[in-house]
Amino acid sequence: MTTFIATIEHVVKGPVWGCQDCGQCVLHSTGMTCPMNCPKTLRNGPCGGVRENGHCEVKPEMKCVWLKAYDRTQDWPLPSSWKDEYNHLRPPVDNRLKGTSSWKNFFTKRDRWTPTGWKNSTDESVAQGVDH
Amino acid sequence: MSTLEHKLMNTTETVFTAEFHSLDGNGLEKAKKYADRFQGWFDGVNATDNTAAHAHASNVATAIAIKQLGLEPILQIVCRDKNRLAQQADIMGASMFGVENFVALTGDDVTAGDEPEARRVFDTDGPQLVRLMSTIKRGEYMSGRKIDPAPHMFIGAVENPAAPPFEYRVQRVAKKYAAGAKFLQLQICYHQDRLEKFCAGVRDAGLAGKIAIIPTVVLVKGARPLNFMHNSVPGIDVPSDQIARVESAANPAEEAYLQTLEFAQHALAQPAVRGLHITDFRNDETLERLMTDLGRVRQTTNSSTTNEVKDDHAYSA
Repeated sequence: MTTFIATIEHVVKGPVWGCQDCGQCVLHSTGMTCPMNCPKTLRNGPCGGVRENGHCEVKPEMKCVWLKAYDRTQDWPLPSSWKDEYNHLRPPVDNRLKGTSSWKNFFTKRDRWTPTGWKNSTDESVAQGVDH
Repeated sequence: MSTLEHKLMNTTETVFTAEFHSLDGNGLEKAKKYADRFQGWFDGVNATDNTAAHAHASNVATAIAIKQLGLEPILQIVCRDKNRLAQQADIMGASMFGVENFVALTGDDVTAGDEPEARRVFDTDGPQLVRLMSTIKRGEYMSGRKIDPAPHMFIGAVENPAAPPFEYRVQRVAKKYAAGAKFLQLQICYHQDRLEKFCAGVRDAGLAGKIAIIPTVVLVKGARPLNFMHNSVPGIDVPSDQIARVESAANPAEEAYLQTLEFAQHALAQPAVRGLHITDFRNDETLERLMTDLGRVRQTTNSSTTNEVKDDHAYSA
């Protein structure tokens, strides 16, 4: 059943969004642009290597995934709550979820699991800092 | 507390940092030679991490060498070559030797280097690596496993004010600040208008005084390295008039120096800017000349002789 759902998801999201089956989909927060198509698989915005024409440092023929995401977040009629999430700090990928269904992981909340250290490092705890 | 942290957090002094040369053969001997040139000029020196995706002596070993030679290292860690376990090991290993300044970079892709067939890692990205550093500074590994005592860390990151999408770059500064970055070394920027907008954006976002902006200038001998950077370094665009200015000058080396000085003075005059990062491709007397022209007085307190690393430097209570 799990494999079946993952297959359906792949068939639907692969051709439309270039889904790479990371199993922890963030499309809604990235202007419906899959960040796993960035050759560096960056989840938090463009690197510093974006070319003058807005194309990718690694694949010069391809527009930077994050420029697309930025433009679409501004221009597409997406829910404002999704647009607000654009600047959220997305955690590192959980590599164990590769190839699993993000739909299933969303409903089971498995995709929201983060390591304890990451979870404890809230913006507040970082802002307070640790002064030795 | 490192000198860099002290100056940026407790004073209004302008700081100067520099890029240490990559080390290959005769590493320690060359490190000593480079360190002697930098001695007394800089508040921090970057130990680079496989610059431009070329293998060199490791970032951690270079940082330790820099420290033992009496300079203050800033350990660069890029996301290209190491997964999160190796990145945490770098931080903890360098901390054992008293390295306190850290800077997180995404890093050039492997295709920018001379081994483009290598596997790229990018298990984390730049902002995630900043947060990972903050986690260790708090006294935990990513897993939540405790680190007691936590290493003393002063965390920074990088940003490119000259790469599209320009208006979004300031939002990235905010993101990295929220993740724990206290200073930001900028990519080399030959577009003064873009640097101006970027710095004004940082100020308008209320981030001036919270995160120290440190633009970068490069000392070059002529137009060739400008052309090289323009054509071969990802994210650097050198306008043709800037290249022509050096190329057509009667004395290109002198013109290149004056161009660097001009860019340095311009950068230091921008809002939110707290210092300057210098990359020296010339290896001649112009490093000293630039520092002097910028009003810096060489400190004589540091010694270029090898310093013993003391245990109490490793962790601060």
